[in-house]
Amino acid sequence: MSLDYVKFTPGFDKWMPKEYRDMVEHGPFGKKTTVSQVGSFKEILEEHPMCAGCAMTLFIRLAIIAFPNPEDTITVGTAGCGRLAISQAAIPFVYGNYGDQNGVASGLSRGLRLRFGDRPKDVVVLAGDGGMADIGFAQTLHSWFRKEKFTTIMLDNEVYGNTGGQESGMTNKGQVLKMAPLGKKFEKMDMLGMAKIAGCAYVATVVPNNPRRVESVIKKAVLIAREVGPTYIQAYTSCNIEYAIPTDKVLEDCKEVEDDRYKFTEYLTDEAKETLSGLYGYKEYLPKPVPAITKN
Amino acid sequence: MSEALEAEVKTNPQGDPITSTAAAPTTQVAKKDPHGEAKRQKVVSPEYMFFEAPREREFITGSECAKEAVRRSNVDLSVAYPITPQSETMQLIGVLYGEGYVKEYYRGEEEYGVMSAIAGASRAGVRCFTATAGPGTLRGIEPIASWPGHRLPAVAMFTCRVVNAPLAIQPDNIEITYLLNCGMILFHSENQQDLFDFLMKAFVISEKNDVTLPVGVACDGFFVTHARGYCSMPDRGLKLPPREAWRGAVPVLDAENPPARLSRDAPVQKSNFMAYNIHAVWQQEVWAAVERSRKYIELYMGGLVEAQNLEDAEVVLIASGSALAQSREALRLCKDKGIKAGLIKIRSLRPFPTAELRKLCKNAKLIVVPEFNYVGWLAKEVATAIFGYSKAKIIAGPHVYGGMSMPVEMILDEIVCGLTGKKSSSVPSSDIMGATEVDPAEVSHFLQNI
Repeated sequence: MSLDYVKFTPGFDKWMPKEYRDMVEHGPFGKKTTVSQVGSFKEILEEHPMCAGCAMTLFIRLAIIAFPNPEDTITVGTAGCGRLAISQAAIPFVYGNYGDQNGVASGLSRGLRLRFGDRPKDVVVLAGDGGMADIGFAQTLHSWFRKEKFTTIMLDNEVYGNTGGQESGMTNKGQVLKMAPLGKKFEKMDMLGMAKIAGCAYVATVVPNNPRRVESVIKKAVLIAREVGPTYIQAYTSCNIEYAIPTDKVLEDCKEVEDDRYKFTEYLTDEAKETLSGLYGYKEYLPKPVPAITKN
Repeated sequence: MSEALEAEVKTNPQGDPITSTAAAPTTQVAKKDPHGEAKRQKVVSPEYMFFEAPREREFITGSECAKEAVRRSNVDLSVAYPITPQSETMQLIGVLYGEGYVKEYYRGEEEYGVMSAIAGASRAGVRCFTATAGPGTLRGIEPIASWPGHRLPAVAMFTCRVVNAPLAIQPDNIEITYLLNCGMILFHSENQQDLFDFLMKAFVISEKNDVTLPVGVACDGFFVTHARGYCSMPDRGLKLPPREAWRGAVPVLDAENPPARLSRDAPVQKSNFMAYNIHAVWQQEVWAAVERSRKYIELYMGGLVEAQNLEDAEVVLIASGSALAQSREALRLCKDKGIKAGLIKIRSLRPFPTAELRKLCKNAKLIVVPEFNYVGWLAKEVATAIFGYSKAKIIAGPHVYGGMSMPVEMILDEIVCGLTGKKSSSVPSSDIMGATEVDPAEVSHFLQNI
């Protein structure tokens, strides 16, 4: 059903713009595409007005490729750099008010469940650190406590990038930025800890320089949110403008930050593991007959 | 019949099941389906529901009227928050959820979250309802003010209360002045019956294809919400047809329709002429949709205004909400004193009955606008609407606020002062407008240049 809107009206196909024809003929709707196939299919998000070298754009692009059912996915965001790219994607994007994304997503996902029942309609929130940890904090936390079934992805560039480089709650202590002329006076907010306390079924940290891993966590987060409850991904998506990272050093910086404070972590509840192994064939989460030796 | 098998359920005087006490063991009888009655509701057309269905009169509170209206309106989703001062409306909607009349319901974190969730749910294509009051309205006003721009059909009830400091919890309809310019349709109900009727009609008007806008239904808190009044209602076994999500002027975001352009190209993204133009034409279209709702307000609500006793009236009282009750009483006292007075009841504040007032106030000598707020928003609306079309003196008052009720004598005093030229004791002379010779050329010059 939902694929109908990306089909041509008979007889009109040759008059359609090339971008549109590419999307219909070579797009990912209704197919299984992976990041390793990039270049062989038309992506949902290609052109965008983001700064050169923006790691956030790379992350968003990878995240959208990773959506398990892009044709049935609705993204929700708020003010910030991210929405400049997300709004150019060929899937619906809700851009409402400041920090309202998790409130809107609560109503949206409940409404879609009323209309479509168990048919997957995935709601994915993609918003910045300011939108999520500062202005939208109450709605973010409450949507998790309420066990709303959608995915929340923080595009954490540790700064208010879109408004010109002000301190956010996710900025590191001591960092000098606008509105923090003497350096930030308190620690980076522990949203990961709060996500676990608030009852998220899946929590992960990721940086964009490992596309396979980005794809893996996004897929799991969306599938778990569909069946179990809220999921949270916190992605380091540096702002090369405000943190003065040379364009060709952006991925190096991602690696440094990954080693410093953004090591890959993944947390799943038992229910989430059962869902992944039982419904979606993730063998690594099958119950093991003998207690395995954990390797780190 | 299936009813015969169902266990008796204890109810409160309003007929709601009492859930706070442990239910008696019902092992020997078949368990009653708590949603049974809701499932048996029959869909009828809005025309049958509003004009033909037999009605029964009950003596209930405004909040119960709202509950009964929602029961019959096929509402899918409702989000509640217990703002102080709230009416009991939203907890009664919770009872409806328990009974299956409302399919989805939860208590939100605060008004900003509630109004955002309503925005999300309306985008999903379901019928939504919420209610708030005073400080809650202002807390939620950022999302509320963006509903019309996003073309989101929904119904919000505003049970008006004080919002200014010092903090009070009393009725005062100052918050309506903040809602007037959001781009939403806004009705003001006088009493319990109005509240019931306006809410149900609001759902139908909100979802008309050429409207596709949220509708606010205001009433004066406490006087209407907490007090009891007579309300004639169709049978509770009837309900309105469901929302048809495909029908809106802007597609819903369900991934079944192509996404609306607004969500693709947020106008704020660029600072160039196209960006200004996108916002400008979109806002023009919002207000054009407000205008297009007039025909439905006339069809379902009997017009934006209701005139009483206006034939050869020298004095015209214009009021909305609770001030109408006092105005009706003032009308009776005027008759005793031999003053020819009439009354215009304003049902719809947005769209505003400009043409109606110009026609009805043409021969008035004196217009008095009593209001339950300090700023006198209705008088300003009236004066703007009839400027150049009436030579009447307009008295923006009397006003009561902060929870006071309005002694009828205050209205009568203004009528006498207005007619005799005596100085008013409660309305400052700066709040008295008009009554000067109007030069039609000046008026037309003014209107061409605004």
